[in-house]
Amino acid sequence: MAVAETAAPTPAATTPASDAVPTVIADNVNIIYKVTAGSGGKGTAASAFRRILKRQDRPTIREVHAVKNCSFTAYKGDAIGLIGRNGSGKSTLLRAIAGLLPPASGAIYTGGQPSLLGVNAAMMNDLTGDRNVVLGCLAMGMSPEEIEERYPEIVEFSGIGEFIDLPMSTYSSGMSARLKFAIASAKTHDILLVDEALATGDAEFRVRSEQKIKDLRDQAGTVFLVSHSLDVVLDTCNRAIWLDKGVLRMDGGVKEVVDAYNKEATGKR
Amino acid sequence: MSTAAESAKTAEMAAVAERYGLSRSSARPEFRGYLRDLWGRRQFIYTYARARTYALYAGARLGSIWQLLTPLLNAAVYYLAFGVLLGTAKGIHNYPAFLICGMFVFTYTQRSMTEGSRAISTNLSLIRTLHFPRATLPLAYVVNELNQMFISMGILLVMVGVSDGLALRWFLIIPALLLQTMFNIGMTLIFARLGTFLTDISQLLPFITRTWLYASGIFFSIPDKLAALDAPGWVIHVLALNPISAYIDIARRALLEEHARHALPNAWPIAVGWAVISLVGGFIYFWRAEDRYGRG
Repeated sequence: MAVAETAAPTPAATTPASDAVPTVIADNVNIIYKVTAGSGGKGTAASAFRRILKRQDRPTIREVHAVKNCSFTAYKGDAIGLIGRNGSGKSTLLRAIAGLLPPASGAIYTGGQPSLLGVNAAMMNDLTGDRNVVLGCLAMGMSPEEIEERYPEIVEFSGIGEFIDLPMSTYSSGMSARLKFAIASAKTHDILLVDEALATGDAEFRVRSEQKIKDLRDQAGTVFLVSHSLDVVLDTCNRAIWLDKGVLRMDGGVKEVVDAYNKEATGKR
Repeated sequence: MSTAAESAKTAEMAAVAERYGLSRSSARPEFRGYLRDLWGRRQFIYTYARARTYALYAGARLGSIWQLLTPLLNAAVYYLAFGVLLGTAKGIHNYPAFLICGMFVFTYTQRSMTEGSRAISTNLSLIRTLHFPRATLPLAYVVNELNQMFISMGILLVMVGVSDGLALRWFLIIPALLLQTMFNIGMTLIFARLGTFLTDISQLLPFITRTWLYASGIFFSIPDKLAALDAPGWVIHVLALNPISAYIDIARRALLEEHARHALPNAWPIAVGWAVISLVGGFIYFWRAEDRYGRG
């Protein structure tokens, strides 16, 4: 583990002023996914029954250790960028903070209910956009009256326009990303987790959603941002965490971490 | 790092978290709070169920007319197979109503179970995106099936009304359906959890439900069958404990004339017992894994 690198060079950024209030504490978090790899075949009823009796997993189930021994503390007012290569566990870690993906060991403590804004937000593709707006808001715990009140604002922000009464399966990926982002950001949040939400939209939507994130960040205590665009991270964050193959490689001021990450990325080439 | 140092650090972290009022992000809520949460999301359950029905028939040209057609066609097929070809109708008054009543009641429970076993796995991405009590999903599936059951029962009432005329005892179908719905909610929750962690359950379920189908006295009258076999008297009391038999029997008592001869002993108390056991057990069983549904 690259413990030395993590702890030593960045005391200034991670140790806050004495009155700082922690909002997210991750303590030695391990996250393990179970995935069904390859084509396992359905098997017969008899073999399925035997497997259940012996409490064996399917032979083709593989475990993926997505986040390994990760610890950090986030404070009120922090905007933390999560950087790292594809598949390094950034989105997984966000989901764990949101409480959507329970860690296999270790613990994550949060103040209030964290909210995840992401393009992976799944809606019902057979249904029209407006039904998805209502369903998504109900699932987030909003009341029907509240939804009625916010509905025009959500649709307006998504910029979907007249396509709102078409099924979501007919939307382009950019359009559905806009709608999902609009739904998820309809609520106010204590802890805001943003997962690559800005990547798929067009330039106009990107500007609008970055502004929305800034607004939300002013209301929210803490923001986490996953992005492959280091410029966005440098622009919006004061702190960065670098994940490499599930291991927390570096945690510190945004400039230092991004520089170190850049150095390694270019050094490898 | 030694384990002692590690556990000391863990305790320290937990203490800091508590001092600032932070809570574990994926902890299981306590049971009462969970039920309150569920009640708060009743609008979501209802809307989700309606959306699912809509999506189910959106592709078909006849649309939701299929909700009416499916039970009608089913009834016709069963009548042809068991009433006409196999001739199990002997000695039963108004056999079509007898058979179709049993079949509809059975299908309600069977579909709740099989659909419930997929409730979590087909919505995994939704579960990994939004926060809501997971039990809303299996509950929405029961709402779907209940809705279908209302339509099926409507068809049956028309059938019985035409052949036997109206009767006051029909009102007993309301408590009968209520009890069966309680039972189904519990079973759906149980199979939703089972289906999530033992994915093979969905392969096995068709065999389980088919066995159950033949054992529950849907095509034949259990007392008649036992009399023909010359079985000892206690056998019928054991067979009557089968929850499906009980729900079918109370529905038949409500709808059919001259059912008393085929009725099972203690059907009402048994139906009440299973409803309570299943409902309470199902909620507790499902809730105990609430923090693990996103994983895997």
